[in-house]
Amino acid sequence: MRSRPPVATWAVLALGALLVLAPIWFTFVFATHQRNSIFNVPPPLGFGDAAGLNFELLLAALPFWRNLAISLYVATLTTVLNLVLCSAAGYAFALLQFRGRDKLFTVVLGTMMVPSFLNMIPSFMVMQWLGWLDQPRALYVPAGCGALGVFLMRQAALQAVPRELLAAARMDGAGEWRTFWSVVLPLLRPALGTLALITFIASWNNFMAPLVVMRSVENYTLPLALRAMQSPNNTEWGALMLGSALALLPLLIVYLFSARKLVAGIAAGAVK
Amino acid sequence: MNRLTPYAFVAPFFILFAVFGLFPLLFSLWLSFHQWEPSEGLAALRWVGLENYAMGLTDPWFIQGLGNTVWLALAAGLPQHLVALPMAFFIHRRVHQGRDLLVGAYFVPYITSSVAIALIFMTLYSKDYGLINVALAELTRLPLVGAWLPLDAAHLPDWLGDSAWTKPAVAFVVFWRYLGWNLVLYLTAMQTLDDEIFQAARLDGAPPWRQFWSIALPQLRPMIFFAVTLTLIGSLQLFEEPFILVDTEKGVARSVMTAAIFMYQTAFNDGDFGTASALSWALFALIAALAWLNARLFGKGGGHA
Repeated sequence: MRSRPPVATWAVLALGALLVLAPIWFTFVFATHQRNSIFNVPPPLGFGDAAGLNFELLLAALPFWRNLAISLYVATLTTVLNLVLCSAAGYAFALLQFRGRDKLFTVVLGTMMVPSFLNMIPSFMVMQWLGWLDQPRALYVPAGCGALGVFLMRQAALQAVPRELLAAARMDGAGEWRTFWSVVLPLLRPALGTLALITFIASWNNFMAPLVVMRSVENYTLPLALRAMQSPNNTEWGALMLGSALALLPLLIVYLFSARKLVAGIAAGAVK
Repeated sequence: MNRLTPYAFVAPFFILFAVFGLFPLLFSLWLSFHQWEPSEGLAALRWVGLENYAMGLTDPWFIQGLGNTVWLALAAGLPQHLVALPMAFFIHRRVHQGRDLLVGAYFVPYITSSVAIALIFMTLYSKDYGLINVALAELTRLPLVGAWLPLDAAHLPDWLGDSAWTKPAVAFVVFWRYLGWNLVLYLTAMQTLDDEIFQAARLDGAPPWRQFWSIALPQLRPMIFFAVTLTLIGSLQLFEEPFILVDTEKGVARSVMTAAIFMYQTAFNDGDFGTASALSWALFALIAALAWLNARLFGKGGGHA
């Protein structure tokens, strides 16, 4: 006997997916309601008309544009640095011959084992000595060349760059930098796209690093600023949800168009 | 080719790691053996040997923090795998149309900011008006379900305000956030399984649960080991979700204060960087030891499942 058509299980899976997405849905719904309508029985399930009002409250409570700009600035610079530096290192590890190459690559992989909490206290002190506390560079410089990026770029270079092409470029007298820039980088483009997505999202969402080094509200990244907006008694929840929704929106849009690539890239990085 | 050129290509990684990774780590190891008043500069460092470790590790708050960490790791971690494994099996075998959409939906929480997640759950968990309690109250009013639910509509849980409920509330958020991640890991592994063996089993009349239990699970062992190791390492350093969900100023926060949160507070609230460094290295040693033990017990060449 063939097994029953699994309609019931399918329904459970789809219902589960809706439940998983529900908190995100309610972030957007609550962003359009005032506080007293969010905390009502029953709470609102659909959109309201207070988005404009919430936006005014948000701008009054936070230097929102500045926080947004800092998040964007840090995430963009982190991404650009990673694209350039990780692809150069990944290319060298994949396709150039030099003494100590494999040992050095093992070191790169080993650095991925260091948990972030171990670095939290001493990196705060390093930033203090450098005079970088409360400055965006304290966020994008240390994150400028991640081990995961080097690993992903090495894999991509091994797969996507034919060795004959490199040999031909060298025969034509192209130097190493030129070969890298005009021959290798274009071939790495799909992998660079994945790396850009992963890096940007990680930086945009990062909470622990800015929590430790950013001191004043004007220099907070968006997640820190939103957290700072809560107060014990009269948090404007509608405005807070609107800020949250605005922080989520760019990610969700990017995700909508690149989910398959992104999920595959993240899984590949983890599985190694 | 210049002999040094390849080194120039890989140098940025190592320079950044040396300055912002290795040096800070060595400094924190050194600091963990010192007592230090940060405001008085480096001259104020005083060698105390293992005193920071002894003090930190016997601090009742740290021990409670470790207990909370283990509780949350088990309550959030185990269900992730118990749900993700059969779910991945079913999706792999049966869902072909719309699979990307389905898996994509479950993965969304993983790419969402922990602050945004915490903020929305704070409203959903709210005692009197939160959607979760409103839904529970409705359920208790249903004839059959209501009698079975061990809840009273008049006394619903104060999820984030009552220390009896904070741990399950936080654990659920962590479970929710990482379920999709494990689902993706298991689906990736299932794609490498040999399909013929399943077809043979089906011809022999093996029911789906049997195929899952006797064929898929044993073959997936390496991935299960790997995914559980990742969960283990990740949940022992749990910080963001409990830190944001339960206001650390409140007394109830102590019920979800993890080891990493205690370490953070020792450094940045009490200014005791020496003890905090000792605690961070002790926690690191604990995670490394557990990962090693896990590898010995369940990794390659370990016992047979």
